[in-house]
Amino acid sequence: MPTSSSLYFEHDADIGIIGRGMTVEQAFEAAAQAVFAIVTNLDLVQPSSTLTLEFEEADPELALVTWLNLLLGKSREQGMIFSRFHVQHHDNKWRAEALGEKWHAGLERGVEVKGATLTMLSVKQTGAMWEARCIVDV
Amino acid sequence: MNLQQLRQLQPYLWSLPRASGEKRAEVLLYGTAPLLESMDDKVLEQIANVAALPGLVGAAMTMPDAHWGYGFPIGGVAAFDAEQGGVISAGGVGFDISCGIRCLRSNLDLHDAAAHFTRLADTLFHAIPAGVGEEGDLKLNPAQLDQVLQDGAQWAVQHGYGNAADLEYVEEHGRVTGAVPDYVSELAKKRQRGEMGTLGSGNHYLEVQVVERIYDSATALAFGLHQGQIVISIHCGSRGLGHQVGTDYLLMLAKAAGRLGIHLPNRELACAPIKSPEGRQYLGAMNAAINCALANRQILTHLTRSACTQVYPHAELETMFDVSHNTCKVETHEIDGKPRLLHVHRKGATRAFGPGHAMLPERYRAAGQPVVIGGSMGTGSYILAGSSGNPAFSSASHGAGRAMSRHQALARWHGRELINELAQQGILIRTRSMRGAAEEAPGAYKDVDLVAEATEQAGLARRVAFLRPKVCIKG
Repeated sequence: MPTSSSLYFEHDADIGIIGRGMTVEQAFEAAAQAVFAIVTNLDLVQPSSTLTLEFEEADPELALVTWLNLLLGKSREQGMIFSRFHVQHHDNKWRAEALGEKWHAGLERGVEVKGATLTMLSVKQTGAMWEARCIVDV
Repeated sequence: MNLQQLRQLQPYLWSLPRASGEKRAEVLLYGTAPLLESMDDKVLEQIANVAALPGLVGAAMTMPDAHWGYGFPIGGVAAFDAEQGGVISAGGVGFDISCGIRCLRSNLDLHDAAAHFTRLADTLFHAIPAGVGEEGDLKLNPAQLDQVLQDGAQWAVQHGYGNAADLEYVEEHGRVTGAVPDYVSELAKKRQRGEMGTLGSGNHYLEVQVVERIYDSATALAFGLHQGQIVISIHCGSRGLGHQVGTDYLLMLAKAAGRLGIHLPNRELACAPIKSPEGRQYLGAMNAAINCALANRQILTHLTRSACTQVYPHAELETMFDVSHNTCKVETHEIDGKPRLLHVHRKGATRAFGPGHAMLPERYRAAGQPVVIGGSMGTGSYILAGSSGNPAFSSASHGAGRAMSRHQALARWHGRELINELAQQGILIRTRSMRGAAEEAPGAYKDVDLVAEATEQAGLARRVAFLRPKVCIKG
């Protein structure tokens, strides 16, 4: 049984993303996968380069939005696409790694994600599972 | 949307009555019963939340193409008075700051141009960087980018992208004042490094269209339009820089609201008093992003001209108009017989100044401002003109509005099949994204004819011409 999963929910103009995992960190990793799977087919992305990200945020919901937007900002700044993610956090300090590669002709072109919004935003634990969700603007 | 909760004031105007004890301004919705019924109830919830924000003047309104957004609904219009504690909202502008449409009229007619549409499609697709991961050739150093953020399309023209005549027909002559590049984050500026002169993806497009129908001959003449004429519309915005400004300030303003004493019914409404340091900072950054978008469309105009003249050596493309639909603009409006300076948010709504407005170029002053309602790649778009006495702070619809979600569209259509079907109908699509094409399927959008008709009947803008797509470059 997988320990995390990426899903979507409906929104009129944009896309609702969901990340689920056994920990909040896994839920954040799955949420990032849901975002980048909109941008390209992640199976074709080689995780050959690693980017390290750090930020501070006490509110888990705002941390989700900060995490996703940092990823989106850095991917566009560096012309990269990410497919794998590792998140750690202690108190309000978050540290993460994103693995991927530069854009090239062999990658599928999906749809650009402009940013993660505060709409339908939630990070919560239900039973044994954590779930992180929000609307992303495309 | 359940219409039983609304009160119909006029055939094309509805209001949402306040519940007992509910403290908010009036909510007005423009459109027909079928258009409103097709909207999600979230539209109503979101616009009611907007009506509860401090310093709102008049009513919070939705246009006939409204749909559920984030914070504000898309198709939402709200004006605030800074002197009355009014706010500025990042959610009320959106991530794609100053997304808009540049419409170019040509000296080409369908009869002469059609034989070369395939070559035109391929040439434009090669010339216009479009889609996720695509970069433009223009790379600016930090000082140059700051100049773009100050001077907008004027910078682009000064550097050889287009001509001075273009600027006459761009809102604010291609440059808004009040831009403060220092309020734009370093990450936002770095995101823009490869994205000047790029189209983007999603619902952005460059479309070659033919004027198929004229509704108002006199205004069409003023706009330089005639039946059978080829026009080109470029729909895009402020690219990565604007997206990052929206991102940065959405979070910053959401966190600041409590400290600033603003009760947010939902924190996605993230806003600050216009006169607060946070509000001024966002305004400065947002205006810089508007200038970025204006410069971007100017550069794309130049690239489009170059591509067209490769195919049609005698082609001339003049800017008919450039209008944004994700902005907050400082405008003077008459309220209760007195002029007041207002910050008018238009989130997925177009400015639509009526005849005689002093800010219109001389050529259009008697006719009213050109307004573009962009439709899907398989149906068509409308050119309208701002109406006299527009009751919605001179605003109108901006598009057809989605009828189904992107995921529903993906489940129903396949990109390649859709492109082939459109080719059979004489519409050539060029895109690097089959997923993007499927999400933008014409059937995923509402009927643009109904939106344009409702816009006219509601007194927001009057129809001038209908444009049928022939070539569409999608991101």
